[in-house]
Order: sequence, then structure tokens, then C-alpha cells
Amino acid sequence: MPDLLLELFSEEIPARMQAQAAETLRKLVTDALVERGLLYEGAKAFVTPRRLALAVHGLPGRQSDTREERKGPRVGAPEGAVQGFLKSAGLTSLDQATIQSDPKKGDFYVAVIERPGRATTEVIAEIVPQIVRTFPWPKSMRWGTGTMRWVRPLHSIVCTFGTEVEDPEVVRFEVEGIVSSNVTSGHRFLAPETFEVRRLDDWMAKLEAAKVIVDRERRKSIIMADARNLALVHGLELVEDEGLLEEVSGLVEWPVALMGSFDEAFLDIPDEVIRATIRANQKCFVLKDPRTGRLANRFILVSNLAASDDGVAIVAGNGRVIRARLSDAKFFWDTDRKTRLEERLGKFEQITFHEKIGSQAERIARIATLARAIAPSVGADPDAAELAGRLVKADLLTEVVGEFPELQGLMGRYYAQGEGLPAEIATACEDHYKPQGPSDRVPSAPVSVAVALADKIDTLVGFWAIDEKPTGSKDPYALRRAALGVVRIILDNKLRLPLRPLLVSAARPLLGEGHFEAHPHDVFRLESLADKVVSELLRNLARRLLQADPNAAPEDVARVEGASMSGDLADDLIAFFAERLKVHVRERGARHDLVDAVFALPEQDDLLMIVARVDALQRFLETEDGRTLLAGYRRAVNILRIEEKKDGARYEGPADAALLAEPAEQRLAEAIETVKAEAARAVAEEHFQGAMAALAQLRAPVDAFFEAVTVNASDSALRVNRLRLLDEIRAATRAIADFDRIEG
Amino acid sequence: MDTALPPHMRPDKSFQGLLLTLQRFWADQGCVILQPYDMEVGAGTFHPATTLRALGPRHWKAAYVQPSRRPKDGRYGENPNRLQHYYQFQVILKPSPDNLQDLYLQSLAAIGIDTRLHDVRFVEDDWESPTLGAWGLGWECWCDGMEVSQFTYFQQVAGFECAPVAGELTYGLERLAMYVQGVENVYDLNFNGRDGAERVSYGDVFKQAEQEYSRHNFEHADTDMLLEQFRMAEGACTRYLAAGDAGERHLMVLPAYDQCIKASHVFNLLDARGVISVTERQSYILRVRELAKACGAAWLKTEAGGAA
Repeated sequence: MPDLLLELFSEEIPARMQAQAAETLRKLVTDALVERGLLYEGAKAFVTPRRLALAVHGLPGRQSDTREERKGPRVGAPEGAVQGFLKSAGLTSLDQATIQSDPKKGDFYVAVIERPGRATTEVIAEIVPQIVRTFPWPKSMRWGTGTMRWVRPLHSIVCTFGTEVEDPEVVRFEVEGIVSSNVTSGHRFLAPETFEVRRLDDWMAKLEAAKVIVDRERRKSIIMADARNLALVHGLELVEDEGLLEEVSGLVEWPVALMGSFDEAFLDIPDEVIRATIRANQKCFVLKDPRTGRLANRFILVSNLAASDDGVAIVAGNGRVIRARLSDAKFFWDTDRKTRLEERLGKFEQITFHEKIGSQAERIARIATLARAIAPSVGADPDAAELAGRLVKADLLTEVVGEFPELQGLMGRYYAQGEGLPAEIATACEDHYKPQGPSDRVPSAPVSVAVALADKIDTLVGFWAIDEKPTGSKDPYALRRAALGVVRIILDNKLRLPLRPLLVSAARPLLGEGHFEAHPHDVFRLESLADKVVSELLRNLARRLLQADPNAAPEDVARVEGASMSGDLADDLIAFFAERLKVHVRERGARHDLVDAVFALPEQDDLLMIVARVDALQRFLETEDGRTLLAGYRRAVNILRIEEKKDGARYEGPADAALLAEPAEQRLAEAIETVKAEAARAVAEEHFQGAMAALAQLRAPVDAFFEAVTVNASDSALRVNRLRLLDEIRAATRAIADFDRIEG
Repeated sequence: MDTALPPHMRPDKSFQGLLLTLQRFWADQGCVILQPYDMEVGAGTFHPATTLRALGPRHWKAAYVQPSRRPKDGRYGENPNRLQHYYQFQVILKPSPDNLQDLYLQSLAAIGIDTRLHDVRFVEDDWESPTLGAWGLGWECWCDGMEVSQFTYFQQVAGFECAPVAGELTYGLERLAMYVQGVENVYDLNFNGRDGAERVSYGDVFKQAEQEYSRHNFEHADTDMLLEQFRMAEGACTRYLAAGDAGERHLMVLPAYDQCIKASHVFNLLDARGVISVTERQSYILRVRELAKACGAAWLKTEAGGAA
């Protein structure tokens, strides 16, 4: 079966676009082939800085022929109908149609349209120019006098088609003056001559001889292997960097790794700053000295050239640029340390955090207050937590962070250490951003924990207040990550931290509630608030105002407003935390339906207790007692549901002891009493295992009850009392969870 | 590199030799060799030979040195790489020829950069000038990891689509000279290619100016005057454009465009003096862009702009 080879040769394609472009080309071409009935066995795309290529393997030589019968009007139909039929079937006269007879409808015309399959080359010549003209580059351009768009000027196109045993033919087409051929050229400097290519293997081999490695993955592995070897030879370790590797492999057709060095004096700069400088500006790798654990004064660059002097000039040139860059970095590092973090805070008043939420200075003040409030619950000194809250963002105004935003936090730690602030403050500077992702470390030092929680909660509450919640895949402020961060900090540190009061107190300053308590008639402030605050919160507020006593003092009305706005916000946000918690426990192998079952109970905002309860419940449900009790519960609830529907009534316990006729129902009633009391006590003591054990005692009496007692007794008083008893089973389980939400 | 050159004209020995070599190279490609525009500009692109000539259908090839002022980049003569006044060598070819990259590489060869020894790379860098309402796609050109030129295919200038597209090359002359001379500090560059007592360094020519202008740009530039000058230039530009407007034709674009350049430079000075807040900054940029757009529109109504 023949293969297709396509190469689009252009000026340098931006590295960041290459991988996607290769995938897009593969998809567009193969989809278009399949759509035209040309199935293939395999396809692989290639990309280098100067070429985007595709090989499609195992295509048929032509499309299959098709035959279509089209029914026309009956014989003798009006002229208009006949003409329409001829036109639609592509016939010039009725002689070209056949006549068929149908016992019911009589004779009618049929056109047989036979379409011979086209040669695959013809189809390719139609598809490719169309794809080239409309290729979805993230950014494209025109050049010279043309109107065509490509990522950078397109120079030539190779397109061949044929089997292994024959000379492939050139698929001929033209795109805006570029005529397809079988001619390409090699590396820009090492082998600029043009040459003819035949098929994929020939193309790859000839290009490799012309110093072009067309396979991106191979370029990557060559770079990694060479860089590791170079490091090894010098007794150093390569600091691996997947993102940098991706980029560098898109900047070379013939990768050659070379090692250079810089003055040891630059090692005074923190390792992270050296790495960021060398990586961002020069796209070079750095190396670690295993003896010291710190960076070595070396770097590895990946050139696109096997130079005739073995790279001496290239290394010297790169070394000179890196020295200049490190001089700048050292200047920034030295300058930054001349100003204390505290002294930088004033500037935050001029910096907007978010148009609707306010300035960075306001945000920092809220974080500090909140950190102080959280401190006692996490074992931190309130003064230290507040101070840390004030200082942790100050490094955003330093030169180094301005240059390398990814070093935020870390630089704060260095500067805090440098000015002799307590270690716990320095640690909080770095750790309060954590955890950033699911694999990131969770802070554990009390002050860091207090500030990390305050930072994340203020972010969440702030965006909730202006209704910028995540929707679908859109989460521009990374609020899901912030909420998951809160969940993980609380659980990993085993913190007892009811969320609701915390969220309410965080929301109050953002919603201006404290202000309204002092100035209930401040209409202007209320109006300005209306511009900012989410309308849903205001609607709820208005509803409550209408319900409020019209004769109440203005102060009281304001207090009603206050409590309800921040309260509504907190409740909504807790539901968001519940969702994050579900994702989190599911990833740890726990059942997310049990999280729902526990959250369904009122006033659940203590994540640590919720998880403890979920764990105990999950273990209980895995026991024989648990499974059987769940079955008994469901039977009880089912009967209740059916009977309540039938009677149009609700049956609620307790049952009347005097009406308990059968021994089995008496024992059940007694067991329920005991279990309720024991479970409630255990829950109050946060001894969930004990609560489950108490619940387990229900199993036997429930089983015995269903064995011996007929609920729907003919005596209606007995029946109603038994239904009430069933409701008591439901009530007893409610001490633990809402069993209705348990799945499976 | 032309080995027949006398030593003091060799681009790897003499700053002015480098500059003259580039001029000679692009003259051989058919460019008109212009002299610097006689106004303060932030980059060679502001020269009307680029900004305005990039617009309209007429073909155009030009090359010139343009002294460029970046008031904020002044370092009182103390930084080995940063200057508030430096030279750009600017080439504009409209339409961009198919072999523009090759021509560029040949120009590097002419100044002594051997691409079998040095790693020359085209690294993505999309160019945008918010004040000129202009953007293009291209690269920064690296030589052994150092950015030595900007290479841009203009897509839009003054808010108008460029058709045909002009190719623009901008060489940072000091950087390039430091590279080929093997010098670490810009002030150590050999300016005239002579030795001994006759040697004149870049520092001899410009160090005092860097110190003085840094003081001026950061500490003493008269901000009241500058704010007034901005308003005056803005007003004059608009008035000149109105005065030159003859319906289908425009008769006075270039003097109006001078005022746009003026406003832009005054804005840069005000910015360096730190008297423009973050929010105001955006509005100043927009005001200059409005002038540039109006000049571009007027240019298209002139003969050189291709109006029939």
C-alpha cells in the first residue's frame, strides 16, 4: 500500500507552537482523507524549527467506485418534475434514465449515478492546499506581496506518494505560488544544499545526513543523554527541567550540548535566582554539585551547530552573556536587601489587587487580621501570625520578583532571613503560597499554616463576594486550587477549625458589614457596594429586609443585613469546600457519597471531623453489621415512603410505648432508645468508631422486627405506631449521617 | 568579512568600521542609505523612513543608523551594558524579499560573524509598539546566546494593515560591536579602530553624556515644561493635520508626524522622571497612538503613501 510524505518548509516556527502544530497537521490531513473514503494504517507527524511534516502509511491508491440509484418521478409526470429530476441527477435527457416498474406505484424513472473513485493523489492535491491555507496557527502572518498566512514565511512543500517498490510520484499542487515538489534542504548552516527525497525513510535518512533530526522526541533524548554525560564527566548532576527541554528541542535541528562556566563569586546569589536567570534569559540548564548540594558555577547550553572549533567560540559567547545576566541579578539581589520588607508596604496602597475587590494594601490588612484570628486554633502566636500576614506579600515589590515572578515567596524568605526576622516569619513568606498543586508540600509550621489559610480564605471570600466563581473549566483565579489547599492544610495538620465562623468573619470587611452596623443609613456606601457585590447576595438581603420587622430600629435592620450577607456567602462557599473535599477523599480511595451523606447533616463545617466520620462510616459499612443494617434501614425507609404517600401523611417518632404489642417491636424500641443515647454521646465525644458500634446494636433488633412484625397491621393504631417506630430508625441513623445519600 | 579593509576600518576592531560595513552591505542590496532622523526617538522604527514608508503600496528599501534614546535605561555610565542613548542600525525592505533571512546572515558574515563557528538562532519574538499602533511577527536573532538583532515582518502600522509587508531588521550596534571586538564593557569599545594615542574609545565619546543625561532624565528634567510640551506637541500635531487636509489628498503629514515623535519622546522623559502613574501611563500611550494613527491615515493620502 502506498504512503504519503508531506513536508512544509518555512522560516523558524516558534518553539512553543511546534508540538501542537504537528498534532493538528496529523489530525487535519488524516480526518480529511477518511472523510473522503481513504482509510490509512498509520500516521506520524514531525516538527523541527523549520519544518512541519507528516507521513501517512498504508493508503489505498484510489477511492472505491460508488454507485447510487436515484428514484425519479413516475412515467408521464409533468414536465417540471422531470426537469428537476434530470437536473438533480446530472442527466441531459430521459434516455439516460432507466424505467422501473412497481406493482403499486406503476412505472417510474431511475437514474443510476456511477462515480468512479478518484486517484488518491488527486484527493491529496485537493486536501493539502486547503489545509495549508486555513491552518489554525495561534498567530499567523503575511509576508512580501502575498495574501497567504502562515506562522512565518513558507518556502517550499514536499509531497510524495507511492509504494515501497516504486519511485513515489510527486503530488502536484500549488499554494499561492509555492509548487509542491520532492526537493528539500538540510540544516541551515551545516548542510544548506537542496536534495531530492522519496519516502519517509529516505527523507529521514537524508535529512539526518544533512544534520537535521526530524523527530522531536529523539532530539529531546539526545539532549538529555548528552547533558547528563557532560555533567557526569565533571562530577556534577544535571538539574533536570522538562519545560526547558521542551523549548530547547524546538530551537534546534541538530542539538549539540556544550558546557560553560561562570565566576564562582556569583554563587553568593541564591541558587533559585541563578537558575531562573540562566533558564529564562539564556535557555540553559544548570548543574548541581553533589558534594555541596548547591549549584555549581557551570551551565549547559544546547547549540544548533557542530562547530568547526568544537564549540569553543559558542561557549565563550554564551558565558559572556550569562555573566552579564548574573551581574544584573546580583545587582537586583543586592539592591533588594537594602530595603526592609516592612518599608515596602506603603506602596501597596497604589496597587490594585482586583478592580472590584480593592487594593493590595487592603487585602494584606485583611490577611493579617484573619491570620491573627486563626492563630489560636492552629497553635500559632497571634502577634507572629499577624506580622507574617503583613509581610508575606512584600517581596512582590522587589526587583528579583519583578524580574522572575515565579520566585515570589521564596525571595520573601531570603529577605526576611537577611533582615533577621524570626525564622517562623521567613518560613511563612515562602510557605503561605503552598500547597500550589496536588503534589506540592503542605505547610506545617503554625505561623505558616495561619497565614496560608488566611491568604486562601481571603482570596475565596473576595471572589465569592463579587461573583467570580469558577464555572466549568474556567477558573482564572485558581479558586479550586485555593479551596483544595485549605482542605489539605486542615486535614494534613489535623486542625479543628470550624469553617463557617471563619468565612463569616473574613467576608464581613469585604461586604462592608461592620461599616453598616456603625452607619446604618449610609446610602452612598450601600450604592457603591451594589456595584461590587454579587447581585444574588443583595437579592437575599433585600428579601430579608422585606421580611424584617418594619418597626425595627435601623441598627437592628443593619445587623440583620450583615449577618445574612456574609452568612449566605459562607454557606455557598462551604458547599464549594464540600465539592473539593469529595475530590480529595476520592483520590485517597474513600467514598465520595459518604462525604455527601455527612455533609447533608446540619452545621457540618469542621472538615477534620467530617473526614473522621466518613472514615468510621466507611469501615462500618464494610462489616456484616453495617451492610445488614443499611439493608434494614432501606427496607424501613421504603415502607415509610410508600405508606406516607398512600396516606398523604408524615409519620414521625417517637412511638407510643403503650401500643408496642409484639416483643420484637418492644425490643426494637428499647434498642433505639439505647442506640440514640449512646451514639449521641459518642458523637459528642468525637468517638465515631464508638458511634458506629452503638449503631451496630440496631442490626439484630431491626432484623428481628421485620422477621416477626407486620407493619401494616389491620388495627390502624398499631399500624401508625409501627410506622412511627420505623421513623425512629431513620432518626437514630441521623446521628451519624444521612443514610439516604449512601450509594451502592 | 572583507580582508582587504585597512585595520582601522575592520568591523572587529572599530565601532565606526562596523557601522560603515553594514551601510556598505545594504547599499549593495539596493537600499537608499539615509542619515539619522534629526529628532529624539526611542527606536529606529520611529524614523518616518520606516513608520510612514511601511504604509501604502509603494516599494521601498532603506538603511540608516538611528541614535535612540531610552531615558529610563540610563545608569549614570556605571552599567557595562545599559545606555540611555545608543545606536540602532535599521533596514527596511518593502516588500520583504524571499531571501531576507539569507541577506541578514550575509550581513553578519560581512561584519565577521562566521556561522560555522557561531551559533546563530532565530528565537520567537513578536514585536509590538503600542505608541505607534504597530505590530509584527518575527524573531530576536541570537548569536551564541546574545540577542544581536530584531527581525520583524510588519503586519500593521499606525493601525493600518501593511500590504505589501515590509521586513525590518534592527541591529543593536553596541552589542554587536562588543561581540565582534570581544569587549565586556561598552565603554571599552574601540570607536575609531586606531591604537595607542590615536585610539578613541566609546567611553571617550559617550561616557560623560551618559552621566549627564542620567542626572537629567531621572533628577532634573523639568517636568512642568515637559507636561506642557506634551500638550503643545499633541495640539500642534492635530492642527497641522487639519491644516494639511485637502480632501482626497494630504499636504502636510511629515511636520505633523514630527510632533507625534516629539510627544512620544517627552512621554518617555516624563516616565523616567516617575511622574506618570500606572493608570495615567496607559492614557498617555493611547494619546500618542491616536496621533500616530492620524498621521498614518494622512500619509496614505500623499504621493509617497501611494495615493493616485
